[in-house]
Amino acid sequence: MMTNIGNRVTQGQFSFLPDLTDAQITAQIKYALKNNWAIGIEYTDDAHPRNTYWEMFGNPMFDLKDPAGILMEINNCRKTFPNHYIRVTAFNSTRGVESPAMSYIVNRPKVEPGFGLVRQEAEGRSIRYTVHSYATDKPEGERYGK
Amino acid sequence: MAKTEAGGTMKEGKERYKAGVLPYKKMGYWEPDYAIKETDVLAMFRLTPQAGVDPEEAAAAVAGESSTATWTVVWTDRLTACEIYRAKAYSCELVPNTGPGTKTEAQYFAYIAYDMDLFEPGSIANLTASIIGNVFGFKAVKALRLEDMRIPVAYLKTFQGPATGVIVERERLDKFGRPFLGATTKPKLGLSGRNYGRVVYEALKGGLDFVKDDENINSQPFMHWRDRYLYCMEAVNKASAATGEVKGHYLNVTAGTMEEMYRRAEFAKSLGSVLIMIDLVIGYTAIQSMALWARQHDMILHLHRAGNSTYSRQKNHGMSFRVICKWMRMAGVDHIHAGTVVGKLEGDPLMIRGYYDTLLDTHTPKNLEKGLFFEQDWASLNKVMPVASGGIHAGQMHQLIHYLGEDVVLQFGGGTIGHPQGIQAGAVANRVALEAMIMARNEGRDYLKEGPQILEDAAKWCSPLKAALDTWKDISFNYDSTDTPDFVPTATGSH
Repeated sequence: MMTNIGNRVTQGQFSFLPDLTDAQITAQIKYALKNNWAIGIEYTDDAHPRNTYWEMFGNPMFDLKDPAGILMEINNCRKTFPNHYIRVTAFNSTRGVESPAMSYIVNRPKVEPGFGLVRQEAEGRSIRYTVHSYATDKPEGERYGK
Repeated sequence: MAKTEAGGTMKEGKERYKAGVLPYKKMGYWEPDYAIKETDVLAMFRLTPQAGVDPEEAAAAVAGESSTATWTVVWTDRLTACEIYRAKAYSCELVPNTGPGTKTEAQYFAYIAYDMDLFEPGSIANLTASIIGNVFGFKAVKALRLEDMRIPVAYLKTFQGPATGVIVERERLDKFGRPFLGATTKPKLGLSGRNYGRVVYEALKGGLDFVKDDENINSQPFMHWRDRYLYCMEAVNKASAATGEVKGHYLNVTAGTMEEMYRRAEFAKSLGSVLIMIDLVIGYTAIQSMALWARQHDMILHLHRAGNSTYSRQKNHGMSFRVICKWMRMAGVDHIHAGTVVGKLEGDPLMIRGYYDTLLDTHTPKNLEKGLFFEQDWASLNKVMPVASGGIHAGQMHQLIHYLGEDVVLQFGGGTIGHPQGIQAGAVANRVALEAMIMARNEGRDYLKEGPQILEDAAKWCSPLKAALDTWKDISFNYDSTDTPDFVPTATGSH
């Protein structure tokens, strides 16, 4: 259980809103497609703020332009990893950007274990901080009791 | 034999270099037929000549005094390729709605071209020593304002540009597709380090991405800088662990000397801060040095534009803020305060869009409506993130996104800390309003028109947003802008 106001990881564009419905996700997919951005689906059990590389649920879908088809892929990922974090990222390949243009979470563990703050007291009054994922206390593959 | 050209200009010969005083126009600083080179630096001044002074002569004088000329003819010009080094005023036109029959005395837009070799590579200080060094106190002009500049690609390439840039900043902080949210710690002055960090922690945990030192928070008796840095980083890291997000605090490293600024920046780095901050008043050279430092140490460099309104606000004298934006993008800052449109500080919507375009575009087309007098190719220099700060609140979210777009830091200082239910609630209100509005925009809704309804709907399930809307619903700052564009199709009056 996390102690912030929503009791949850607040990464992404819409974590402060109620969980997105399929219709809402579809509307966001349409926005990305309208801008010619490719959509990728990624999942992880460790949402550490510096964990950049979540696992790809396939490559970004450069050639899939059908919102229903993309939603189906998202739901496949949710079925496969029901207790993982899943995020949808839109990639903009325009010169001067060439980077993600959208990123939002569409699935979460039922209980989000959150993070601890490890303080190593250093010289003077300095402290070296480590944000620690409780999820990684168990070996990979054994997390979330499965 | 003197070679006399159109308009009586004498560029060379014995007659041209006879001891004495010649009008600038005749000395080769006025050249209406000049063919602009791709490598020229161009500048556009708004000039108000003294009564009885020919505007073209005034323009030529500005060109002369900002390049090679002095008040009298000197023979030593003949030892140089002086024709190249002379700046050329090539156009001088009456500003719409000024002059006889209007309420404003005649003003002129004077365009001047400078050869690139007049300027030292990679030095804002040198560029500005020429362009704004002497001419603003010149007697022949009653008032003078630098409106815009075109910097050639070849000269831009001698500058580092923003240390981090918008794209890398977003990747580093893992935040895409929405504006960043920030707040400035209040009260500006007087909090102890411990109390100060409390404000930072509450605002970040509640949902903001950044908190910021104010421009005049450096190292005062009530809070020395090391105390502030230590407590702020405790707050940043604790909030990061509580939310799973990368968070930051702009630690202001502004100090009396470069040595002290480096010392503070190094300490910020040793504590793991992702950003540092400087004030515009430290000067162009100090800014360039800190930008090099920031690039070298993977640090985002925030610039507060402290002091700019002393010379950018009045329409007839000084310089436009868009020129500061250009220089700061070259100098290498990652953030700059560039106006809110709807907040408490000066700003006409189109002018502010012009500043934002200048900071963010890879190529800015000429657009008189936005006050952009020249096309500008940015030569792949990184983009600068504009910061909107001062008198804005959650109830304006639809307008903020409409006017400012998504590449911006929205700074809600009072709008977070002054929330009736506390700082965390203030941050939640801002974040919920932002996310709801971005979602609506992406869904294709007419969010500018439906904005108040979108916020009301979100406030039904988010009581902090409801409290924010109730508190600040009717707060707006509707004053006329002093700095508005003048262009022909629908020119606004000159104030």
